[in-house]
Amino acid sequence: MLRFLARRALGAAVIILAISLITYLLFFVLPTDPAQLACGKNCSNTQLVAQIHHNMGLDLPVYQQYWDYIRGIFVGRSMPSGQSCPAPCFGFSFANDQPIWPLIQNRYPTTLSLAIGGSAAFLLIGVGLGMLSAWQQGKTFDRVASSVSLVGNSVQIYFIGPLAIALFADKLGWLPHGSDPTWSSDPIGSLTNMILPCLVMSVIFWSNYSRQTRSLMIEQLSEDHIRTARAKGMSSRYVFYRYALRGAAASIITIFGIDLGTVLGGAIITEATFGLHGLGMLAVNAVGSLDLPLEMAVMLISASSIVIVNVIVDACYAVIDPRVRLA
Amino acid sequence: MTTLTKPEAEPTPQESEHFLSVRDLYVQFATEDGVVKAVDGLSFDLDRGKTLGIVGESGSGKSVTNLAILGLHNPRNTTVAGEIVLGGQELTGASPRTLEKLRGKKMAMIFQDSLTALSPYYTVGRQIAEPYMKHNGASKKEAKNRAIEMLAKVGIPQPQTRVDDYPHQFSGGMRQRAMIAMALVCDPDLVIADEPTTALDVTVQAQILDLLKDLQQETGTAIILITHDLGVIANTADDVVVMYAGRAVERGTVRDILKTPEHPYAWGLLGSIPRLSADVDVPLAPIPGSPPSLLNPPPGCPFHTRCAFTDTVGGDRCRTARPQLPAGRGSACHLTQDQKRDIFIEQIQPRLR
Repeated sequence: MLRFLARRALGAAVIILAISLITYLLFFVLPTDPAQLACGKNCSNTQLVAQIHHNMGLDLPVYQQYWDYIRGIFVGRSMPSGQSCPAPCFGFSFANDQPIWPLIQNRYPTTLSLAIGGSAAFLLIGVGLGMLSAWQQGKTFDRVASSVSLVGNSVQIYFIGPLAIALFADKLGWLPHGSDPTWSSDPIGSLTNMILPCLVMSVIFWSNYSRQTRSLMIEQLSEDHIRTARAKGMSSRYVFYRYALRGAAASIITIFGIDLGTVLGGAIITEATFGLHGLGMLAVNAVGSLDLPLEMAVMLISASSIVIVNVIVDACYAVIDPRVRLA
Repeated sequence: MTTLTKPEAEPTPQESEHFLSVRDLYVQFATEDGVVKAVDGLSFDLDRGKTLGIVGESGSGKSVTNLAILGLHNPRNTTVAGEIVLGGQELTGASPRTLEKLRGKKMAMIFQDSLTALSPYYTVGRQIAEPYMKHNGASKKEAKNRAIEMLAKVGIPQPQTRVDDYPHQFSGGMRQRAMIAMALVCDPDLVIADEPTTALDVTVQAQILDLLKDLQQETGTAIILITHDLGVIANTADDVVVMYAGRAVERGTVRDILKTPEHPYAWGLLGSIPRLSADVDVPLAPIPGSPPSLLNPPPGCPFHTRCAFTDTVGGDRCRTARPQLPAGRGSACHLTQDQKRDIFIEQIQPRLR
């Protein structure tokens, strides 16, 4: 088990390194000169542009630039201009010349809690509904749940988001909306503020998960080992939870691992719908203003978190299915 | 649900105190294409300490019969009628809860493909211990010790460490042994072994069958051995029921069935066994054709479409009249007793050498 995890972690590290290299090359080796983007109104002044080049370290060889960038993330660096950038250093924003990390530090709790809260919501609701449907297979509950799932599958966040705000926040007043307290100043307010976005985000996923879970459970229940367990005199309930769910869980977790990217995308759309200040908004603004260092940092962080969560998913998979540990 | 119309009842052997007694068992599945008569009026008896072999091709209703005894059929599309009495307790009408308490404790089943029949997610020890905990109220520790004891009993080396292995870490033969340990962990009175050796190679087959026999002598369990392999029957069974298209077509002691079989289907089964002593260039004699559809069984004798002796019987009898299986030793065939004996001695036996 430990060896399995070590191997996966090593693989993940290599992948993250590769991602960092590709993003780095994409942004700094492209024909667009970053200095041209950073110079603002003074671009006709060649001397100034050369100065910016030097300040950003662009006059160094590419491998040196990359090394400085990666090193900066871990131990911080001081730019050739003399600006110091404490670790983790992702460089300075083109837009306002501020270090990038504090910007991200302010935003990522929102996105993270949205992704975690939303995932928890759709896993609980979706898998729960799917299990109930499988248990009640062919009965009224199963049929109703299947139809509702179809509706859930076909709506979009930006459609149900405003509806949910109008109903639960404005009309019924059950949940807050409009304020966006920061994580550091008001943790509880920030959390309650997340409930509605998480639920809305989960809707587009839970229908899919309930359908997947239902069919996985039904498939598992027809397996030979289920019959063996029943032949031993184990109760239907026991067989359902201990044997069938265990088998289905392995597949559900795999699907979840594949869906992670979509979850992050969903979180970004949800942020926009609810006007939350998360990484998504930050990235969109960065793209709009061609703020390359900021874009790079957001990309690197989101890609790394997907890779890391995938390692966790693999670990869960190995816990559930002993055969995986050998692989 | 389908209502069953009972055709003329098969004459039942004398009422007696058998440990397991199955009378006029009907099992039918409702499918989209119609009603499948998987078991069609089957009767047999089994005493403690004895082994009953049930032989037949795939789809002859062997496994379905035994799933019905355990109550493992899907109640949504299956109708079971008739009488199954185990140790004085009627099983066909019993509640799911009652059956659940009997399964694993009084009656247990050994399945054929141990790789799919054991759960990949739990250790072998846990899967053996589970029924012991449920039925005997044993603690986790007691149950684990019992699992180790059972693994040792079925001949798994180093049971103390192997108990924590997963099924995929066992070889095929060891898995089948573990399956037997699992079935026997609560000392059941009836063990149903559904082709327990089919997935194993021949040397391991013999070991598993010996093991079953030894355990039977030790505990006095009654065993139903389902197989399509008459070789397996020869060494293990006391009595044999030959099944065809959901019915018993011949019944007798293992000696009767192997030495003086009466039904043309049993002759066919015997004839299709390869023999080491036979000439290499003599082809095997398989039974022509394939088993009949149970959705729409042929009228008369269900075997008449594949039988070479319908003309010997003469007329239309095989196609119109259903032959009855007499009580005790006998076969469900229109041939007369003398014809059966003569045909076997003159035409069948020479081919079996």
